[in-house]
Amino acid sequence: MEQIKNMDAKSWYKNKFAEFEKSLNGEAKSLSHLSKKESINKLDEISFPDLKDEDWKYTNVSAVIKENFLPAQLCKPSVSLEIEKYLFDFTDSSLLVFENGIFNEKLSKIHRQKNVFIGSLKSFSLIDETNFQKNVKFRKTTAFDFLNESFGADGFALIIGDKTTLEKPVQVLFINGNADEKVLSSPRIFITVGKFSEADVILNFVGDNDNYYLTNINTAVQLDENSNLNLFKIQNESKKSFHFDNINISQSANSTLNHFNISFGGKLSRNGLSSNLIGEGAECNFNGLYIANENQHVDNHTFVNHAVANCNSNETYKGILDDLSRGVFNGKILVAKDAQKTNAYQSNKTILLSDKSRIDTKPQLEIFADDVKCSHGATVGRLDEQALFYIISRGIPSDLAKSMLIRAFANDVIEKVNLSELKEQLNHMIFENLHRTEI
Amino acid sequence: MLSIKNLEAKVEDKQILMGLNLEINAGEVHAIMGPNGSGKSTLANVLAGNQGYEVIGGEAVFNGKNLFDLSAEDRAREGLFLAFQYPIEINGISNSVFLKTAINEIRKYKGRDEISPKEFLTLIREKAKILGMDDSLVSRSVNAGFSGGEKKRNEILQLLMLNPKLAILDETDSGLDIDALKIVSQGVNVFKSPENAIVLVTHYQRLLNYIVPDFVHVLYKGKIIKSGTKDLALELEERGYDWLIKEEAEA
Ligand SMILES: Nc1ncnc2c1ncn2[C@@H]1O[C@H](COP(=O)(O)OP(=O)(O)OP(=O)(O)O)[C@@H](O)[C@H]1O
Ligand SMILES: [Mg+2]
Repeated sequence: MEQIKNMDAKSWYKNKFAEFEKSLNGEAKSLSHLSKKESINKLDEISFPDLKDEDWKYTNVSAVIKENFLPAQLCKPSVSLEIEKYLFDFTDSSLLVFENGIFNEKLSKIHRQKNVFIGSLKSFSLIDETNFQKNVKFRKTTAFDFLNESFGADGFALIIGDKTTLEKPVQVLFINGNADEKVLSSPRIFITVGKFSEADVILNFVGDNDNYYLTNINTAVQLDENSNLNLFKIQNESKKSFHFDNINISQSANSTLNHFNISFGGKLSRNGLSSNLIGEGAECNFNGLYIANENQHVDNHTFVNHAVANCNSNETYKGILDDLSRGVFNGKILVAKDAQKTNAYQSNKTILLSDKSRIDTKPQLEIFADDVKCSHGATVGRLDEQALFYIISRGIPSDLAKSMLIRAFANDVIEKVNLSELKEQLNHMIFENLHRTEI
Repeated sequence: MLSIKNLEAKVEDKQILMGLNLEINAGEVHAIMGPNGSGKSTLANVLAGNQGYEVIGGEAVFNGKNLFDLSAEDRAREGLFLAFQYPIEINGISNSVFLKTAINEIRKYKGRDEISPKEFLTLIREKAKILGMDDSLVSRSVNAGFSGGEKKRNEILQLLMLNPKLAILDETDSGLDIDALKIVSQGVNVFKSPENAIVLVTHYQRLLNYIVPDFVHVLYKGKIIKSGTKDLALELEERGYDWLIKEEAEA
């Protein structure tokens, strides 16, 4: 039965691909189209993941596969797009807007800077198509990744040369879904930070709450030697939407990555995040906050690959789950045989606000070196009764007391956000999403 | 102000308070002493409305209202305050946000307007000064990373800010160095007035040199077995509890 459904999905997307191909003129012979074609054909060989896959055993994607989503290329673009309500309020930043993965230049406002390319992936690819095909690589493992490539017409590109500090944070808004169609949005994100360069990037995925759609992303990040990237992924999509992301980061010597995965989710979300530490002295900090209620499902799969010696990784994932929501945390750390003097820490803490919410948490440590410091820990609990009583005993009502403890719990992650404007707004979003009194 | 009659309470199926009687009037300072585990903190928690403790008998009337009919937050709003033996840390909520919220909730209950930011700032500066707390401590998250003594001091800051009618201080003196003990006691004495009352739970007579009690009670196995004046505390300091416990056993 499952196999047949899978076939349905595949033939649907193949048909849609053919339809879209027909609309192309000369572009059909372009290099990028050829790789798209390869990817759609790849779907013949590879199945969508199911519960039998160890990596997917807590996340059932059959509802996603059953649905026929319409690739964004075949959808009507919106006549007017409301973006104000989704924007983070910065005094100054670059803004790029993508509607269902396709760049909207009119709504974007880019601060140009020497030695930096900021813009759409498509325009970047047109600069030198041969080189682009050779150097811009996205990792593809699951059927979702091949689907992303097949329909990934556009996306966000940020290429920073050496010794350059991005003057202003970049805010990239991905608005997904529309009111009339079940959209398949396939953004691709490509970021390269040159040697001794720095940047703050905010990737914000949103969609109107009534819209039903699938966001299927692939993200590739390259950090050159001694570079520093603060990368914020904020996901606050429609409560009826599906969200898949596969983020792969490669870190050269002495580079530092601070990744924030702030997930307010959709109906079902899967955040795949992995970093390869391939140069000595690299540091990778994964900060995660997942907030879910009603019947949301959020799955965080992270992987830190300590391939060489003298690298540090530090992972803090915290979750607050209410109602019938369900969370998954799978954190893998691999320390290769030669990766001596590795420091790797991981912690996953979840608060369940209801009896019916649930978390499956699984640390996965594979350590082949002997001179390493690694630790991991996971806790699942409720709001602390004694702490609640302390607050209430000052005359503060219990709902506000709970909000204070929620804020206190999330604070470990939020306090690490280096952009002060973002901090307060994230805090606000926590309470908005949990339908609780803000403090 | 507070009249407790035959109070019995239990924690997780274990009865701790065994019929306790206590009368507290405005303007009075009562000290409660007694061996470890005798039920002092239990009494404090039961009065403040901690859900972990269950009242199984007796009554407590607080300013004409049946205390056990009121929720914990309403008890605070009616003017009951407990300084905790072990204050809780709340990361990410500053002392001033915490206190402003509490003050405004209490004001709302009484039908009064919210405190203005300016009024609040003046008030907290004044009170912090009494306790020798600097601005950085005031703006930090509630008790987060505070030393044991700083936490106790912070409890007294809350006391001064909320200005309740009845203050129960559960071992506020423990963990304080000699100078801090003086400062904290001074803070409590600033609070003290003919309109309010104070219950001091303590193990040490030393505190009572600074905050002089009108009555000293000894709590043992969930009951008050002896009451007296401040001289009783001196006698306890010298003789310990054994003689009292023997007296009680004989009676
Ligand atoms: N939550 C609880 N669960 C189980 N037993 C409890 C709990 N709280 C208190 N008790 C028990 O109740 C008894 C009285 O404890 P309480 O804390 O009131 O004593 P205390 O007089 O304040 O002692 P101390 O001087 O050490 O602070 C003790 O035996 C204690 O172990
Ligand atoms: Mg005690």
